[in-house]
Amino acid sequence: MSSIGTGYDLSVTTFSPDGRVFQVEYATKAVDNSGTVVGIKCKDGIVLGVEKLVTSKMMLEGSNRRIHSVHRHSGLAVAGLAADGRQIVSRAKSEAASYEKVYGEPISVKELADRVASYVHLCTLYWWLRPFGCGVILGGYDRDGPQLYMIEPSGVFHKYFGAALGKGRQAAKTEIEKLKLSELTCREGIVEVAKIIYGVHDEAKDKAFELELSWICDESNRQHQKVPNDLLEQAKAAAQAALEEMDAD
Amino acid sequence: MEEQKWDQSMGGFNAASRSQMAEAAAGGEESQRTLYPYVTGTSVIALKYKDGVIMACDTGASYGSTLRYKSVERIKAVGKHSLIGGSGEFSDFQEILRYLDELTLSDHMWDDGNSLGPKEIHSYLTRVMYNRRNKFDPLWNALILGGVKMGPKGAEKYLGMVNMIGTHFEENHIATGFGNHLAIPILRAEWREDMTFEEAVKLVEKCLLVLLYRDRSSINKFQVAKITTEGATIYPPYSLKTFWGFSHFENPAQGAVGSW
Repeated sequence: MSSIGTGYDLSVTTFSPDGRVFQVEYATKAVDNSGTVVGIKCKDGIVLGVEKLVTSKMMLEGSNRRIHSVHRHSGLAVAGLAADGRQIVSRAKSEAASYEKVYGEPISVKELADRVASYVHLCTLYWWLRPFGCGVILGGYDRDGPQLYMIEPSGVFHKYFGAALGKGRQAAKTEIEKLKLSELTCREGIVEVAKIIYGVHDEAKDKAFELELSWICDESNRQHQKVPNDLLEQAKAAAQAALEEMDAD
Repeated sequence: MEEQKWDQSMGGFNAASRSQMAEAAAGGEESQRTLYPYVTGTSVIALKYKDGVIMACDTGASYGSTLRYKSVERIKAVGKHSLIGGSGEFSDFQEILRYLDELTLSDHMWDDGNSLGPKEIHSYLTRVMYNRRNKFDPLWNALILGGVKMGPKGAEKYLGMVNMIGTHFEENHIATGFGNHLAIPILRAEWREDMTFEEAVKLVEKCLLVLLYRDRSSINKFQVAKITTEGATIYPPYSLKTFWGFSHFENPAQGAVGSW
């Protein structure tokens, strides 16, 4: 999978003879090495989950948020370089605010995804900028219902039923495909996402992690918010139980 | 090009001042200074009561001496803990609501369990009003900010006002415009600590009635709003009963003597 650029990989404004932009591909590697991020579209909303790898026991629980609100109706989960992710979130917030200022109504999720993707792409066009080392999963709920988009460091974005980024993305995607998303409510969805993240977490390579879950659904009044603590604990417990069951085999 | 977009979206009142500075720098005269208000709301009154703060005003907006708009909501909820009532230029009040909307949105997006209380919002508004005044381009309003927020000592009630020149203070009962002259004397005489909601409404209606009789820009359609720890409630508009059966009104020319 990894091929050496040898000379064509020094700048983001250089194509290789076989038509690849290596800098963007290297940026994608940064995303692939980060903690898993999962997003699913349930029938009544979106659930976003992040496997937040804890690097030090001194870190306070709940700090270093990886899921950010962009407006009342949308949230962005970041995989990859966290600082780059903050920049993207900041830009998304300002796009959402300026859209509302001009058009008088909250930005549609599709439009927001388009603007974030354009911004990410912008940073792959100039030699004095480096591409963002992060991929984002954008979940929102507007009048076209709940929607899920994933934006990659190349600036490419697609709409998804379920998406995953980071170390455990292959395994996560396999698990997501097993779910009947059109019949799942968000309440059930958070348990499933917790199970997936606990499932793909590699105990050997990374020790501790914190599960960050957020949702936008009818139950949360179509507002993006952290999953309430009691539901979060329930989801974690169910995920732990499922893991133990698997290990018992 | 990208940088400009950043600047523009940096926050309401920055953008306004930037456009003005740009105009001045371009060698143009001082344009867009507010010289006089056009569409204005009249008095707003508010007082603290047992469970929180009650605020009331009429639903009219005048265009000079014409009672042009009769269904205008001049009291709005701000965030989870406050109410704002505005008199004066209505378009400036709408702009202030937009600034507050941006403020509460970014507060909400922190998602950290904290939210801006009435004291903080009053402080923010004071800064906005005073800074505009210093540029000789005021937001032509008198604003009342009331709310309740849970604090270390329990539910803390707050009521304050700020006007177009940046004067601000806190009190147990506040009025703007004509309310200062007609309602405040009544409130000073009859306000007590820990009134019930019914008592507070009765006192407020007494003041509103005097304003209706004596303020030519008020109309007989009022809204009462309250803010408690449970949240804000803005009640639907209603009218007060007035009495015009005074003997002098029945035969007004009776006492008229001479050619005057």
